[in-house]
Amino acid sequence: MNAILRIENLHKRFGDLTVLAGIDAAVEAGETVVLLGSSGSGKSTLLRCINFMETPTEGRITLHGRLVGEERGGVMRYRESELCKLRTRIGMVFQHFNLFPHMTVLRNIMEGQVTVLKRGAAEAAAKAREQLARVGLSDKADEYPARLSGGQKQRVAIARALAMDPDMMLFDEVTSALDPELVGEVLKTMRRLTEEGMTMVVVTHELGFAYHVANRVLFLDQGVILEQGEPQQVLKEPATQRMREFLDGHSLFKLPD
Amino acid sequence: MEHTWDFAAILANWRVLWVGLQGTLIVFAATVTLGLGGGLLVGVCRYAKTPLLRLPSMAFVEVFRNTPVLVQIIWFYYAFPILTGIEVNPFLAAVLGISLNTMAFSAEIYRAGIQSIEPGQWEAGRALGMAYQQTLRRIILPVAIKRILPALTNRGIEVFKMSTLASVVAYVETLNQAKLIADLNFNPIESYTAVALIFFAVLYPAVQGTYILERMLRKSE
Amino acid sequence: MEWNFWAVMTDFDLLLLGLVNTLKVTALALLFGVPLGLCLAVLRLSGARLVSAAAAFIIEFFRTTPPLVQLFWFFFALPILIDVRMTPFIASIVTFSIQSSAFFAEIFRGGIQSIDQGQWEGGKAIGMTYAQSMRRIVLPQAVKRMIPAFMERSIELLKTTTLVSTVAYTDLMFQANDLAQKTFRPLEVYTVVALMYFALIFALSQLSIAVEHRLAKSGDSTVR
Repeated sequence: MNAILRIENLHKRFGDLTVLAGIDAAVEAGETVVLLGSSGSGKSTLLRCINFMETPTEGRITLHGRLVGEERGGVMRYRESELCKLRTRIGMVFQHFNLFPHMTVLRNIMEGQVTVLKRGAAEAAAKAREQLARVGLSDKADEYPARLSGGQKQRVAIARALAMDPDMMLFDEVTSALDPELVGEVLKTMRRLTEEGMTMVVVTHELGFAYHVANRVLFLDQGVILEQGEPQQVLKEPATQRMREFLDGHSLFKLPD
Repeated sequence: MEHTWDFAAILANWRVLWVGLQGTLIVFAATVTLGLGGGLLVGVCRYAKTPLLRLPSMAFVEVFRNTPVLVQIIWFYYAFPILTGIEVNPFLAAVLGISLNTMAFSAEIYRAGIQSIEPGQWEAGRALGMAYQQTLRRIILPVAIKRILPALTNRGIEVFKMSTLASVVAYVETLNQAKLIADLNFNPIESYTAVALIFFAVLYPAVQGTYILERMLRKSE
Repeated sequence: MEWNFWAVMTDFDLLLLGLVNTLKVTALALLFGVPLGLCLAVLRLSGARLVSAAAAFIIEFFRTTPPLVQLFWFFFALPILIDVRMTPFIASIVTFSIQSSAFFAEIFRGGIQSIDQGQWEGGKAIGMTYAQSMRRIVLPQAVKRMIPAFMERSIELLKTTTLVSTVAYTDLMFQANDLAQKTFRPLEVYTVVALMYFALIFALSQLSIAVEHRLAKSGDSTVR
C-alpha cells in the first residue's frame, strides 16, 4: 500500500479529558478522506494531531514511511524544527480562515514561501498568483482580507496553503463559519483539488461533500473510529446505532436514489 | 571591589525611617483624598452643560495633566508665595502639587466612566421623573464608579509613588529620611535598597489586590 | 509684586539647553526602554515558568517602586556595588530605560495577548517557528494596537525625567532651579519653565489624541 500518512495507536488527553483513545488509520496518496462525527467526537483534534498543531499524548505518526519524532524511554519526543518542516509539507485550512489582516492577499500567500521556504520574492509572487488563479481570485491579489467575503477569504486561505507545495492538505470545518450561500464556492474549490489528485483529510459537516467527493469516510465517536469505508456504503448502510443517529441529525442531507 | 551588605545601621535607625514613613503616609492620605475627591468634582464639571463650569474645568485638566508634578510642586514652593504672599511650607507645596495633578488625572477617569454608561440609563432616569442631578447621583455614578475602580486604585498607587517627590522640597518622608541615614552612615546601598523594599512591600500587595479587583469586577458585569 | 521677565529672557539659552537635555534623556530612555520592554514581555509570556516568574518580578518591582528611589539607587548605590564611574547622565539613562521598560513590557504583553489565537495557528500551519510567527504575524498587528498606550507612556516618561534634576543632570528642571537662584526671580523662571513643559507636553498629547482618532476611524481596536 502506498500510504502517505500512517497513524498508529494515537491518544490525546487534555488533563483528565481523553479526546482520542487509540486511533489507527492510514491515508494513501491522492485519496480524500472525510472525518465525520458529532462535536466532541475528537475529529478536529485528530486532524490537528496530523500536523502537530496538537502534540499527541501517545502514539506514532509516520509520514512517507518516516516516523515523526524519536522514541526515547518509551515516550515520543518532537523537535520544534522537525515539526515546522513537517508543517510546510502538510497544508492546513481553518474554520476561521486565520488570514493575516495586515498583509494583502498576495502577501498572505507569499509569506510562508518567503519566510519559511526562503524562496525569492519574485518566485513567491509568481507562485502566489498562480495559486490565486487556481482558486479563481486573481483580481483580489492586492486587496486586504477585511475587504473579502467569507468564501473568498477561505479560498485565499486554501491558496496560501497550496503555495507551499504540500504533499497533503488538512481542512478543519472550513465551511462552518460561512453564510450558506458562500459554502458552495469553497466546496467546489476543494472538489477540484480532489480531482487534481491532491491528498486531503477533511473534517466537515457537509455530508453531500463526503458522499460525492470522498474516497473514504471515517466516523469518529468518543475518540475512536467507529465505522469506516466508502461513503456510498457507510452513509447509506450505517452499521452502528451511533452512526444512524448521527445521520438522522442531519435531516437536510438526502441521499440521492 | 566586593561589597559586604550591612543593614545594621538601617536597623539601628529604624525610628528615622519610621518617621519618614509616617510623613509619606500623611502626604499620601491628604493627596489621595483631595485628588480623587476633587477629581470627581472637576470630572462632573467637565461634563456639565454650562460652559461656565465646563471650560474652566477643561482648562484645569489640560494644564495639570500636561505639566510634570515636580514642576508643579516646585512652582508652588518657590513661585506661588511670591505671587500671593501666602507662606507655603514643604508639606503644603507637595500636597498642592500632587493633589491638583491627581485631580486632573482622576477627573478624566471619572469622565470616561460616566461616558461609558449607555444613554439608555440617562433616559430611564428621566423617564422615572428624576432630575439630572438625581439621575447622575443615583443611577449613573454607582455603575460608573464600579467600572472605574481599577483605574482609580491604579491612580492611588501612582500617588503613593509620587509622594517621594516631596523630598525635593525637603519634606520629611521616607526617601528624605533614607538620604539622611545614607549621608550620616555612608551606606547609600543599604539605605536606598531599604526604601525600595519598603515601597515594594507596601505597593506590591496593593497592585495584586487591584488585579483581583479587576477580575472580580469583570466577572460581575 | 511685579512680573519681570527680563532676567529669564536674557538667559533663555540656558533653558533651551536644558530642554534639549530633557529631550535627550527621554529619547535615549525610549531607545533602550522599548526593546528592553519587548524582551521582558516575551520572557513573561514564555512557557518556561521560572523565566516567566522572574520577568514578572522585575516588571512588578520597577512598576511599584518610585522612580526617584530608583534614580537615587542607581546614582548613589550602584557605583559602590559594581565599581563604575557613575555620572548623573548615565544614572538617568539607566534608571529611565529600565523603569520605562517595565511599563512598556506590560503594553507589549497587552498588545500581544490581544491578538487572536488563530493568527498564531495561521503562522504555525505554514511552518513558522514561534519566533517567526511573533515577528512576522503577531507583533506587527500588536504594535499597531499599542500605539496610543505607547504614546501615553512616552509622555509620562518625558514628565518623569524632571527627576534627573535631583541628581544634578542639567535638564530643563535643573536649569530652572539654577536660573531661579542666580536671578532671584523664581516666580518668572518657574512660570516660564512650567509653560515650556506645558507647551511641549500639550502638543504631544494632542498629537497622540489625533493618532488615536485616526486609528479608531480605520476600525482598528487599541489596547490600554
